[in-house]
Amino acid sequence: MYDALFAESITITGHGGDSIEAYSARPLDSAPRGGVVVIHHMPGYDIQTKEIARNFAAHGYNAVVPNLYHREAPGASPDDAAATARAQGGVPDDRLVGDVAGGVAYLKSLTNSDGKVGTIGYCSGGRQSFLAAVSLQLDAAVDCYGAFVTGEAREGTTMVPIVDKTPTLSCPLLGLFGADDQYPSPAQVDELEEALKANGKTYEFHRYEGAGHAFFATNRPSYRPEAANDGWEKIFAFYGKYL
Amino acid sequence: MCTYLTEKIELSGSAKGAAGWIKVTDGSVYLDHPVHAPFGHSLNIDFLAPELGPSGRVAVELSQESARALAKAIEAVLESAPPGLV
Repeated sequence: MYDALFAESITITGHGGDSIEAYSARPLDSAPRGGVVVIHHMPGYDIQTKEIARNFAAHGYNAVVPNLYHREAPGASPDDAAATARAQGGVPDDRLVGDVAGGVAYLKSLTNSDGKVGTIGYCSGGRQSFLAAVSLQLDAAVDCYGAFVTGEAREGTTMVPIVDKTPTLSCPLLGLFGADDQYPSPAQVDELEEALKANGKTYEFHRYEGAGHAFFATNRPSYRPEAANDGWEKIFAFYGKYL
Repeated sequence: MCTYLTEKIELSGSAKGAAGWIKVTDGSVYLDHPVHAPFGHSLNIDFLAPELGPSGRVAVELSQESARALAKAIEAVLESAPPGLV
């Protein structure tokens, strides 16, 4: 079996026509492949997120991670870039959508693309994966414990709930949540599920007992291997069906 | 979760980071996911020299308990300083 893959830093065209850094990982064979835009979490465009991209490539998907902080901190270390972007309130929603659209266009331009692209994001990226899916034409989206999709806006932050955009969700949604998480809380996850039901959307939610926020993060004490392993199986089954 | 909440303050002093001493003019204080400390959320302080760009930063990530202890210690030291020094 030929299983070579290739990973590299590239430049893609993001929101407003801006050139931004991105990390690409893709299988090297010529078989038609679905694509995944991996949206990094607030701590940044880091080695852990790049590892996720390579994992998708190893499983047969073209993957790309746009550096959402490229404009604030080109060439900076991921933690310094994240601190800078964070102090400015995070990534504006319209810019996020434009940068993900750039990732989608890149993936569809690859010669081995099967024309289908999904998104995935963790933590703040979970919300942004949902945001991309209600704003762009996608084929699948995965929301891993994204807060501020539902619930109340918090004073002093730029992050506002976006559940009212559910009617424009363009693709099936996979949601993976920790039952012990408070952001999003179980009630907030239920609120999103009700909105999806009310709008007749295709979705699949899994709530893991004994897991809280960031249970996929292998480098953090929040890591819960049982939930994460099952979650990865759910992700690959979901993408296998829709991409 | 990512809290996005940040207390920004003006500072006057210096801090030493990987590239040596920097003149600190600003600070960010926030509770959020750490990069390195082994906690879900930590009390983070960035001592900043904005004119140096994003790398003009000395970062600290503390447990919430130790952050409170640090705040108390700073107050205690300033309060107990000999007359004429503060």
